[in-house]
Amino acid sequence: MGGKANRRQTSRVMADPATRLWEVFIRARNGLAHRHAGSVHAADPEMALQAARDVYTRRGEGLSIWVVPSDAIVASDPSDKESLFEPTGSKIYRHPTFYEVPDEVGNM
Amino acid sequence: MATTSITLTETPQVQSYLALADDALVLGHRTSEWTGHAPLLEEELALANIALDLIGQARMLYQAAGELTGHSEDELAYLRDPPAFRNALIMELPNGDFAFTMARLLLVSVASDQKWRSGFADPVLTAIGEKAMKETAYHVRHSAEWLIRLGDGTVESHRRAQDAVDALWPFTGELTASREPWLRAVAPVLHRATLQQPKDGWMQSGGRTGRHTEHLGHLLAEMQVLPRTYPGAIW
Repeated sequence: MGGKANRRQTSRVMADPATRLWEVFIRARNGLAHRHAGSVHAADPEMALQAARDVYTRRGEGLSIWVVPSDAIVASDPSDKESLFEPTGSKIYRHPTFYEVPDEVGNM
Repeated sequence: MATTSITLTETPQVQSYLALADDALVLGHRTSEWTGHAPLLEEELALANIALDLIGQARMLYQAAGELTGHSEDELAYLRDPPAFRNALIMELPNGDFAFTMARLLLVSVASDQKWRSGFADPVLTAIGEKAMKETAYHVRHSAEWLIRLGDGTVESHRRAQDAVDALWPFTGELTASREPWLRAVAPVLHRATLQQPKDGWMQSGGRTGRHTEHLGHLLAEMQVLPRTYPGAIW
């Protein structure tokens, strides 16, 4: 039982295409948006939905679940941080901080 | 100092509560044995959730039986010997492999779900059923989807799923009063799973009258050892 053989075995399991990774989004209440809760492994959409239910809604967290294949998510490149996000830093006038939000508005 | 077992006067009503409660407790305990051994973290939690649903159902039913017998739910769970248990034999069979676990969960959950949905004259059981049927509906869904994937999966997963269904089939006679609705619900799942539906033949029985397999004693020994060794222990 060499460590090398074990590692190879582990990496083969981890890379098993039968258990894809899915991102889980949960909506806790009516009127709120789905929020990212985490991720699960599952072979297909139905099992991903069930896995998400079993892992992330055990304490009454959810009214609705979305699961999305992780590889369907298009992510920004961290090295693009400066060009994508820093230009907004100098535009304070875009923040609605000059207004008082009335309590009646609730979640914004 | 060990605690002595309790003996009950079993009216038909007490016996009907105990049959439902013992089914749920024994299968709940078996399912909980997967904790730490499931093939995926996701399935680990799914099985733990199912085990907790079943043990929760057992608690409500033992409380109802307790109203009639004067015994607490803990006494009913921990201080009866195997011949006093009224569960169907299929509940106490060892978990086997994952296919066996999922096949049993399906065969049992279809019966439980139909039982809860069929309604009861007894308002206590009706109230418990309102909660339980939402849980059993999910148990059916989860186990059916797994069995379909195992049956219609690889050569090995198909063989294991078929072996499980074949081995379990003679234990399904105790699950239902009328078999037709149960067969109508189970057959399409087996079909989608590309599994052969075994022929109905001789059926195992005896669980409802306390004639159990050798496995129940071992299960209860593990489940009951703590409260029997340290009576009244709390944590």
